[in-house]
Amino acid sequence: MDPLEIARWQFGITTVYHFLMVPLTIGLGIVVAVLQTVWVRTDREEYLRMTKFWGKLFLINFIMGVATGLVQEFQFGMAWNEYSRFVGDVFGAPLAMESLLAFFVESTFLGLWIFGWQRLPRLVHLACIWAATLASVFSAYFILVANSWMQHPVGVEMVDGRAVMTDAWAVFTNNTALVTFPHTIFGAFAVAGGFLIGIAWFHLYRRRAAGIDTVDATGHVVVGEDTAHGAGRDKTDHAVWLKSLRIGAVVAMVAFAGVALSGHAQAQLMFKQQPMKMAAAEAACHDGTGFSVLTIGNLKGNGATTCDDVVAVFELPGLLSFLANDNFTTEIPGVNTLLPQYQEKYGTHLPDDPMYGERAGQEINYLPLMEVTYWGFRLMITFGGLAAFAALVALWMVRKGTVPDNKWISRLAVFGILAPFGANSAGWIFTEMGRQPFVVAPNPTMDGSVDQVFMYTAAAVSPGVSAGEMLFSLIALTAVYGALAVIEVKMLVRYIRGGVPSAMPELAAAPPGDGGSDDDTPKDDGDVLAFAY
Amino acid sequence: MDFLPTLWFAIVAFFWAGYLFLEGFDLGVGMLMKLLARNERQRRVLLNTVGPVWDGNEVWLITAGAATFAAFPMWYASLFSALYVPLVLVLVALIFRAVAFEYRGKAHRQSSRNAWDWAICLGSFTAAFGVGAMLALTTTGLPLDANGDRVGGPFAWLNVQAVLGGLAVVAFALVHALAFVGLKTDGGLRERARRLIGRWLPIALLPMALWAVLVVVPAGKPVPVLLLGVAVLGGVAGWLANRRGAEGWSFAASGLFLLAGVASIFVAVFPVVLPSTIDPAFSLTVANASSSPYTLGLMSIIGAFGIPLVLLYQGWTYWVFRRRVSEAHIPAAHSVTPVV
Ligand code: HDD
Ligand code: HEM
Ligand code: HEM
Repeated sequence: MDPLEIARWQFGITTVYHFLMVPLTIGLGIVVAVLQTVWVRTDREEYLRMTKFWGKLFLINFIMGVATGLVQEFQFGMAWNEYSRFVGDVFGAPLAMESLLAFFVESTFLGLWIFGWQRLPRLVHLACIWAATLASVFSAYFILVANSWMQHPVGVEMVDGRAVMTDAWAVFTNNTALVTFPHTIFGAFAVAGGFLIGIAWFHLYRRRAAGIDTVDATGHVVVGEDTAHGAGRDKTDHAVWLKSLRIGAVVAMVAFAGVALSGHAQAQLMFKQQPMKMAAAEAACHDGTGFSVLTIGNLKGNGATTCDDVVAVFELPGLLSFLANDNFTTEIPGVNTLLPQYQEKYGTHLPDDPMYGERAGQEINYLPLMEVTYWGFRLMITFGGLAAFAALVALWMVRKGTVPDNKWISRLAVFGILAPFGANSAGWIFTEMGRQPFVVAPNPTMDGSVDQVFMYTAAAVSPGVSAGEMLFSLIALTAVYGALAVIEVKMLVRYIRGGVPSAMPELAAAPPGDGGSDDDTPKDDGDVLAFAY
Repeated sequence: MDFLPTLWFAIVAFFWAGYLFLEGFDLGVGMLMKLLARNERQRRVLLNTVGPVWDGNEVWLITAGAATFAAFPMWYASLFSALYVPLVLVLVALIFRAVAFEYRGKAHRQSSRNAWDWAICLGSFTAAFGVGAMLALTTTGLPLDANGDRVGGPFAWLNVQAVLGGLAVVAFALVHALAFVGLKTDGGLRERARRLIGRWLPIALLPMALWAVLVVVPAGKPVPVLLLGVAVLGGVAGWLANRRGAEGWSFAASGLFLLAGVASIFVAVFPVVLPSTIDPAFSLTVANASSSPYTLGLMSIIGAFGIPLVLLYQGWTYWVFRRRVSEAHIPAAHSVTPVV
């Protein structure tokens, strides 16, 4: 086995996995902070319940983000040490700032928020959740600066074969980062929106199915109560879910508008900075202006030299030009135009340098895997668009105060939670694989000297690490992640099905004999911890 | 010697020391879950002494790694890739530990709670051992070639020093955690922690002292010897304070032992950050492993602002949660029952 291939699979798997937790942490965190703010200002019971319930799910997810983030931080040095040496001077800085300025705030203030419910003054406690969630947004900025530098290296100069930072301002205001950041944050809100809608819909449906809520002749809701098991399903409970659903729908729609606008800005930059990625995203062999909706043929391309038997079945003329260039006529260069340009600029073969190992002297394939870029781009937009459309429909359907008593729509709403997750993963896979064969993509807009700052993925992997070691870690991490995914989802499902009382046990009059396996009851000296592990 | 690389060497050492000091006790508490606690309620007491702070402590590790990346990319690249297998184990251990902290209390069955307890205990042990081994090796050397890559296969790092370093951090973490438990709990746990410190402290601090001696003696510099002396005094003071029941002092003294010990080691190896056991010419030093002055300057500005801030608000957290936790404070476990 080839260590490079294993290392790439490992990076892809661990990072995509990390990014399943990340958008929910960012999006839901802000939502919880807003809910708590509303509660502090209005003192309305339903907002307290919403804060507690969504806050609990947020925490269950957050911890997995932390656990998988650790791997991210270390794996550059472990598996990609040549990369780390090449870029460390400029790439390490945002990572270190992320830790020092964001992760410390995030973890410390979240600890204060979790355990501080009764110990801190209300406003201070509220400030803690804001500090923690804003820090997670801040952390996203730093890591996206690092990632954007790989897409568009700026503010550096080559010294002894290494990229050395000369202009921090250029690095931290990289135009690629400035458009990627809003796109990613809006993408995170799309995830949070879908999550709120799906779960709230499920609870509203269950209330209807159980006959608690009914509708009158005009279709308006008649809110009922079932307090047999404590306060869990009273009238406030209805308000909790209805408001959550409406908030989720608005968040999802705003988020989609945000990703569409920022995505447009990204496409314009990509057209200038990584024209090959744009061509590959369209599976466009020849120059043109149309956005392909469906393309068939050999998307694998034929290696480095030709790209011919791809046929666009259905194209929207002019749209691609609009996406990339704000007009309907500029021809977007296709693969066949770009390949010779890349070969002329960066060579046809990898140098005969020992750093390339067995690959030294091999022919370079400048064409990314078109199946992945083409479908990645389309899945991202489709999943995101569907979710936003569903949000609009959901908002309309609950206009009279509840959801239809229909099992299938409820199931659809719950499965719909996955769509924005899918859009995010697809977006990243497209972005990262579209950059191949470079790990640091060359920057064609700069003058000759800086143009030399690029690195082939083939040169980035750690030479001293054996394929066996990489395989060991790939298997170990994938197995652990797989097991934890099952546990996390089960945990989330249990808390979701428990409804608000799962996060506010005081609401549920605990049925006798259900106090867990605790042997002796606490000698309550009036000082029992409000929250305890 | 250049000022900025030296400063950043000190800062990286500071993050490692801070990590061992802070996560030292929560790793130790993790191991004590199986060693000290006698029943469910005591386990929950232990867990809740570190509940609000363990994640913040772990960020010291992340920052130590990231600061090394930013300030000494060559050090980061060579050390982490050379120790590939042990670091994978450390990462898996930390993953399980983190998840177990959060999910343990949410488990319904005693059997799953037991499983999470083992995850916390073994996760803490593995992480402490692995980090200890890594730090010992970065001070005693690895078989690195001219490019800084490991030669000799996946286990070329495995030697006496690595085991010594691993034991040193594990044993220190246990004693440090006992001191912490004495300070933060009440009742049976507090009593027992005190007795155990009296019995075990002299033995537990030995491996770390030995590691320091191993590094300090060949270096032949006066300052590290002095620091080592301070560390030993700290250990003795900790033992005496514990005998008198001065828990605060006992904890502070075990902290002093650690900080002075780590300082003596890092000062002794300076300016080498990662010795090559193949050829001293291949060793990574503060000079040849560091980032450019521009990057170090930028990071210094960020650090000057960020580090004091971190100390300030983390200090505040410890103050907010300064009260002792006892079995009486632990609420009954509540189980989540599906309403739908
Ligand atoms: C756009 C956002 C984003 C992206 C692209 C990444 N992360 Fe992340 N990361 C976060 C956003 C985030 C977060 C939202 O801030 C998390 C999720 C849960 C958390 O604690 O913070 C986090 C957690 C997290 C942690 C644990 C922090 C802690 O203990 O509190 C580390 C060490 C990293 N990440 C490191 C990385 C690295 C090295 C990445 C690149 C390969 C990366 N993350 C991609
Ligand atoms: C969290 C969102 C991200 C996702 C989902 C993601 C996804 C991926 C995927 C799928 C690959 C594999 C590409 C391939 O093998 O062809 C990859 C490669 C890579 N990514 Fe990302 N990435 C993310 C963020 C980042 C960030 C923030 C950085 C840097 C700070 C980064 C650095 C890298 C590196 C160094 C590689 C090299 C390995 C390779 O090219 O195969 N990624 N990423
Ligand atoms: C009309 C809709 C959209 C357009 C035009 C669009 C455009 C783009 C483009 C051009 C990129 C690649 C940037 C690059 O490689 O330089 C990208 C990446 C990405 N997209 Fe979208 N996108 C849209 C919708 C969405 C939706 C709905 C989501 C998620 C809910 C999403 C999430 C992402 C993510 C996570 C990335 C990778 C990170 C990044 O480079 O920003 N996108 N998008």
